[in-house]
Amino acid sequence: MIKIENLVKTFGAKRAVDGLSFNVERGEVVGFLGPNGSGKSTTMRMVTGYYTPTSGRVTVGGHDVVEAPLEAKRLIGYLPENAAAYSDMTVRGFLEFAAEMRGLSGEAKKKAVARAVDRCFLDSVLHQSVDTLSKGYRHRTCLAQALIHEPEVLILDEPTDGLDPNQKHEIRNLIREIGKTKAVIFSTHILEEVDAACSRAIIIDRGRIVAQGTPDELGRPLDEVFRKITLPDTVKR
Amino acid sequence: MKHVWVIAKRELSSYFTSPVAYVFLVIFLLLAGFFTFTAGAFFERGEASLGAFFSWHPWLYLVLVPAVGMRLWAEERRSGTIELLLTMPIAPWQAILGKFLASWLFLAVALVLTFPVVITVNVLGSPDNGMIVAGYIGSFLLAGAYLALSCLTSALTRNQVVAFILSVVACLFLILAGFTPVTDLLSRWASANFVDAVAAFSVITHFDGFQKGVIDSRDLVFFLSVMAFSLFATSVVLRNR
Repeated sequence: MIKIENLVKTFGAKRAVDGLSFNVERGEVVGFLGPNGSGKSTTMRMVTGYYTPTSGRVTVGGHDVVEAPLEAKRLIGYLPENAAAYSDMTVRGFLEFAAEMRGLSGEAKKKAVARAVDRCFLDSVLHQSVDTLSKGYRHRTCLAQALIHEPEVLILDEPTDGLDPNQKHEIRNLIREIGKTKAVIFSTHILEEVDAACSRAIIIDRGRIVAQGTPDELGRPLDEVFRKITLPDTVKR
Repeated sequence: MKHVWVIAKRELSSYFTSPVAYVFLVIFLLLAGFFTFTAGAFFERGEASLGAFFSWHPWLYLVLVPAVGMRLWAEERRSGTIELLLTMPIAPWQAILGKFLASWLFLAVALVLTFPVVITVNVLGSPDNGMIVAGYIGSFLLAGAYLALSCLTSALTRNQVVAFILSVVACLFLILAGFTPVTDLLSRWASANFVDAVAAFSVITHFDGFQKGVIDSRDLVFFLSVMAFSLFATSVVLRNR
């Protein structure tokens, strides 16, 4: 579903993503790991069409993200970093807006909103405005937005960041469930999540893949493997 | 077009769910009233026209329109929602147009709420209502031109204060380009053609016709091209974020 070939993104002199290539198929949940600033978010932003790659190619469901952005974006559900949402809207209003932007209306829109609300446990805050939500609810609202059109591809940037253990558990189960039929990439720096939700993990450091495979192939304990192959950001480059 | 409307609807409702809309409308109407009746000497003029009302609009909008436009993109950038918006299956121009139209519509609402001055002048005398309609059209276009510039400055930064100041300066330039002290200053070291070219950018000269009841196609083209250019520049800025 997702094909990434030789992807490069530079910001001035800095190469944030430096020649990444990998594929994600339907039915896979790929954990995207790496220290802060290793290029995870930048890669995801290129997959979703928010950034234009400096060079290289991303195709989603066969559509090139740069050349056929609308076709590619239709297939994608995206949870950006920090779960951005329009803070002056109610949860319901926000989800209805997302549904309308995805071309849903009338009965289909109602059903889509109800399903997303149900899946992300948002019933109790439906009429609350987004800026009054706790972090967990805010994350789930933004996740509901990403799921609203039943996308074939899900891109989740740190979906469990800042959640309490119960909420993390719920989100992981949800991701694993969705991953049975869709292609999912999610980024994290919590290593236990890889075991809990992923079928495969890709570890990147300074814009390059340094290891990939199933959690078992990578070796255990995971955090030791992680520390061995990536450099802490206190190291001078 | 459907997506443009969805975005416009969201934008417009966000004005009215926050205090922005109400504060703006009250201040706009108070100031418009003050300028017309007190500073513009509406009654002392002894003529049945809205000249005292419209002639202040370029200055009134100078502060108020950037206040409406400053948040358009700066707020999206600050809160990160721009990432959601631009990864939806829409073309960037649809988002730009939708947001612009929503704010323009909001300014139209403010303008419509000034209807009591039209009633007043009709009760007191028999004005040329065609001229008043032309004045309103001109004022609406003027607001649109300022707003499109604010949209552009708002796309340049995530800081609303910076967006506001840049936009006021840009609009001030559009006023002052045709202002006599400025043209005099310019003519000291520039050729007459250059001075004329600069003066042609002034909203004052182009707004004048509308106030006199004349809808000149050149004035229409001027305002529409300021809007088209600014919105196009906005799309370039957003593409190169």
